[in-house]
Amino acid sequence: MSVLSRRAAAMLVMAVCTVYFLTPLWWLFVGSTKPGGRGVGLWFDHFQLGTNLHAVLTYQDGIFLRWLVNSIGYTVGAAAIGTLLAAMCGYALAKYRFPGRETLFNIVLGGVLVPATALALPLFLLFSKAHAANTYWAVFLPSLVNPFGVYLARIYAASSVPDELLEAARIDGSGEVRSFFTVSVRLMAPALVTIFLFHFVAVWNNFLLPLIMLGNQKLFPVTLGLYTWNSQVDQRPELRGLVLVGACLSLAPMLIAFLSLQRFWRSGLGAGSLK
Amino acid sequence: MSGSRSGSRHLGAVGFFITPFVALFALFYLVPIGYAVVQSLYQVKRTGTFGPAHDVFGGLVQYRRVFSDSPFWHSVERVLLFGIVQVPVMLGVALILALLLDSGLVRGKRFFRLAFFLPYAVPGVVAAIMWGYLYSPNLSPFTALTAHVHLLGADLVLWSIANVVTWVYVGYNMLIIYAALLAIPTEIYEAARIDGAGYFRIAWSIKIPMVMPAIVLTTVFSIIGTLQLLAEPQVFRSFSTAVSSTYTPNLTVYATSSVPNFHLAAAFSVVLALATFVLSFSFLKFTQRRGVQ
Repeated sequence: MSVLSRRAAAMLVMAVCTVYFLTPLWWLFVGSTKPGGRGVGLWFDHFQLGTNLHAVLTYQDGIFLRWLVNSIGYTVGAAAIGTLLAAMCGYALAKYRFPGRETLFNIVLGGVLVPATALALPLFLLFSKAHAANTYWAVFLPSLVNPFGVYLARIYAASSVPDELLEAARIDGSGEVRSFFTVSVRLMAPALVTIFLFHFVAVWNNFLLPLIMLGNQKLFPVTLGLYTWNSQVDQRPELRGLVLVGACLSLAPMLIAFLSLQRFWRSGLGAGSLK
Repeated sequence: MSGSRSGSRHLGAVGFFITPFVALFALFYLVPIGYAVVQSLYQVKRTGTFGPAHDVFGGLVQYRRVFSDSPFWHSVERVLLFGIVQVPVMLGVALILALLLDSGLVRGKRFFRLAFFLPYAVPGVVAAIMWGYLYSPNLSPFTALTAHVHLLGADLVLWSIANVVTWVYVGYNMLIIYAALLAIPTEIYEAARIDGAGYFRIAWSIKIPMVMPAIVLTTVFSIIGTLQLLAEPQVFRSFSTAVSSTYTPNLTVYATSSVPNFHLAAAFSVVLALATFVLSFSFLKFTQRRGVQ
């Protein structure tokens, strides 16, 4: 095969895959600009995105906006705090020797292999005992824990924070905790953004925990809200259009996060598999 | 690594660094696991037919019920079948796309990388709703296909769900493998190229063996993900009557807990967590023994 025909074949595969990956998203966008539930082709027809957005945002006293805000509240807070805690723990595992270090690392690594969904039911029972199920905290607090983040932070800290630098900081009289926040966090920053992004996605997508924990619609994250609407379409046909517009709208925060953090996930993603 | 002498010097700092995570990990991982095990050993007894209910120790009664619950084991078979087909297809496509991106044959790499990764930003619930519409004969733009093939019927719905999962995760897995490919020093290829090795030969004999750790990692995560399947089939229940309330093991846990029978649901959870742990752990051990680091 000549180089030219190889190139053409490679580009053809890429083009076909692009169509496969982007068509559903394009369809969703086009669908959400049409009058509710109307013929769902791949091109615009009776464009009324503004009307549809208004309908979604005002339905049931604006519950959808509340779900979006809830999702952002659960996700940004849990991912930010969770990333910091994982970074501190992974950093300590990489940079200090202390009794029980290997045991701790192995237990945390075991935590990566335990499916989070297996924890949802016992968490619900425990929170019910404490009369805290069906509250914001019942979803937020368990979302803080990210064992895979600890694993990644340990690898990143080992490879990006030189011991000599920490030793120099010690000689300058800096405490260990201060060195972490002034020196090490900066060196680990690209990695921390990657951990944050993964944690963000995991919490944003979480479904079983809120499904089991929450009965009060006002506390729902947007995924659970859309799921509820979608399962009521048979009784309330007007929801069909709203589900599409809502689904489209719910993707916006994630797409913004992905596009703006591009340079980090592009470079940081693979580090977990490099030893 | 700081020398061993530094260990005793910095115990206070270590405590500061690890305590918050360890405390939360214990509270929201270890305690729930322990609690699920304890709950699974109890059963509800009533005094008389309509008397008040008590929890009494039942030993392995719930586990006996788990092992004789045929819908549960059918659902386990179903996700295993799903995994045996979907995981290799998804990772195969991800590997091919990563190799193509890395081959130097493709223009516009940044665009393709972003286009393939975007579906990962779509939550499983939303992806399932979207594809559910695309599969529905009266809503889909692909009527030529959906009018003749019942994508939501009992025969095909499992593979329709597999397509949703594949669509979401190919780009993510591709990026992990691609990042590993980028880390290979290019001198290695130069030598092979001078020896006359072509694209396929280099990909097969050099690149794929060198990115094996990334492939192993993505496989383990995919195995865990498959056994946990929940959001997509749960959403598909509103599109297809073929998806029952016990379609996947996790759906069974959810259905049992909403009965509510928490003791039995806890036993299901424990068995499922153990199975996931054993499967992913033995896959890791297996690949390590084969010398794939």
